Amino acid sequence: MTNLALRRAYSGFMVVVAGLCTLLAAGVLAAVIFYVVQNGAGALTPSFFTRLPAPIGISGGGIANAIAGSALVIAMASLAAIPIGILAGIYLALYGRGKTATAVRFLSDVLTGVPSIAIGVFAYALVVLPSRHFSALSASVALAIIMLPIIVRTTEEAVRLVPHSIREGALALGIPSWKAVLLVTLPCARAGIVTGTLLAIARVAGESAPLLFTAFGSLFWGRGINSPTAALPLIIFNYAISPYKDWQQFAWGGALVLIIFVFLLNLAARLALPSRMPVR
Amino acid sequence: MTVDLRTQSLNAYYGKHMAVRDITINFEKNAITALIGPSGCGKSTLLRCLNRMHEVIANTRVEGQVVLDGENLYDPGVDPTALRRRIGMVFQRANPFPTMTIKENVVAGVRLAGEVTQRSALDAIAEKSLRQAALWDEVKDKLNQSGTSLSGGQQQRLCIARALAVEPEVLLMDEPASALDPISTMKIEELMRDLKKTYTIVIVTHNMQQAARCSDYTGFMLAGEATPGELVEFGDSSSIFTTPKDPRTEDYITGRFG
Repeated sequence: MTNLALRRAYSGFMVVVAGLCTLLAAGVLAAVIFYVVQNGAGALTPSFFTRLPAPIGISGGGIANAIAGSALVIAMASLAAIPIGILAGIYLALYGRGKTATAVRFLSDVLTGVPSIAIGVFAYALVVLPSRHFSALSASVALAIIMLPIIVRTTEEAVRLVPHSIREGALALGIPSWKAVLLVTLPCARAGIVTGTLLAIARVAGESAPLLFTAFGSLFWGRGINSPTAALPLIIFNYAISPYKDWQQFAWGGALVLIIFVFLLNLAARLALPSRMPVR
Repeated sequence: MTVDLRTQSLNAYYGKHMAVRDITINFEKNAITALIGPSGCGKSTLLRCLNRMHEVIANTRVEGQVVLDGENLYDPGVDPTALRRRIGMVFQRANPFPTMTIKENVVAGVRLAGEVTQRSALDAIAEKSLRQAALWDEVKDKLNQSGTSLSGGQQQRLCIARALAVEPEVLLMDEPASALDPISTMKIEELMRDLKKTYTIVIVTHNMQQAARCSDYTGFMLAGEATPGELVEFGDSSSIFTTPKDPRTEDYITGRFG
């Protein structure tokens, strides 16, 4: 064989190998979705979304309290993490030059990599121990801490991408600096910020470890932010390891709801992106 | 010569590096003054000192005075935001705000500063400014399209309209036509001649023909290898370009360097 033929054969072989690897990667994802839909779709009845969990041995019931609990915890976490994260990201992008900024940037990168269970322990020590009870609030604190570095860094990147000349143009018109940032620079970075925020929400929606010793879980409706609450990832865990068939099916159903939620968030993030990005 | 704007012993720094030294120039009212010189001679820096845009860059510093109507713009009591409304600026590359429509771009200065909020008043300002910038006829039917949808030359005139909308007294132009084709350049130059009836204009340009064609006064700046930019010669454009006094000016305008 000539050298060229050998190289062609090698190239062809590698293309096939790469293709198989792609297939494997996509296949795993497809298999997860397939199993969850196959096992969980049957659980998605109207009562699944509206009723409380039924006692053992009684059929029916739902996981409405877990859906509501997750919604509450995620909403409170977002309420805290989004404004703080966006403002910190703007600071880093526009004013962050000194040692403080480098430190903040480094810390938020470290924070992104901290295992979520460690953040759960932190929230436990910070909120649960002093208040002497598990609570939705403590779970929100844990999730907000997980969201924060994601939002900070994506906001920073998005704002940094807006050309400096845009902000200078605004300043040269005699627009005060803070208005130039909020009303001119920030809208240019909007798509990136929205995407980062939605991905941060999607990331924490499925977190279960930090909820174990904060939200704790419950079989009833939550009684406000200072009491323990059910949450989707917790109920999935508890039901999945239970010996009862109908509970196990509820776990699959809960997993399906979670996957659909995360899928929709990712879809929304993708739709937010191409809208009127800065030309230069 | 009625002086509107002048600098007095102006030095500008980037960190420890001195970019321009000891500049004293009078800019005449309702005239076009061109600043020419090779790249890196500090002419853009000098221009940015005039409306205190130099200090927007981190670690920069200015010494000396810029005087507008008898008031030193570098007095501690002067609000740079307010003075930038009196001294407008057009940049080298057109920089329309990408998330705003054509109309929103034009009225951005008055609207975002909260001066004018009434819709009909904003519409009137938009039309007046676009007419002044000779852009109205081209965009009057698409005021609600994105500012970035226009051609390069139109975008630059949009930026001029945007600067005019806040009704400044002085207009600073930093190589406004260097990124444009000859037709668009010609339109901008015609526009400048029109605008000098109302405004005092200072323009930085690389293009000597442009300075000769449309300016009344010209300042030639030059920086050495290790020395900051200085004003070599200043005078009537006609005399600078025909009978320069300084041999360095002559070398530059005859194309011997730069």
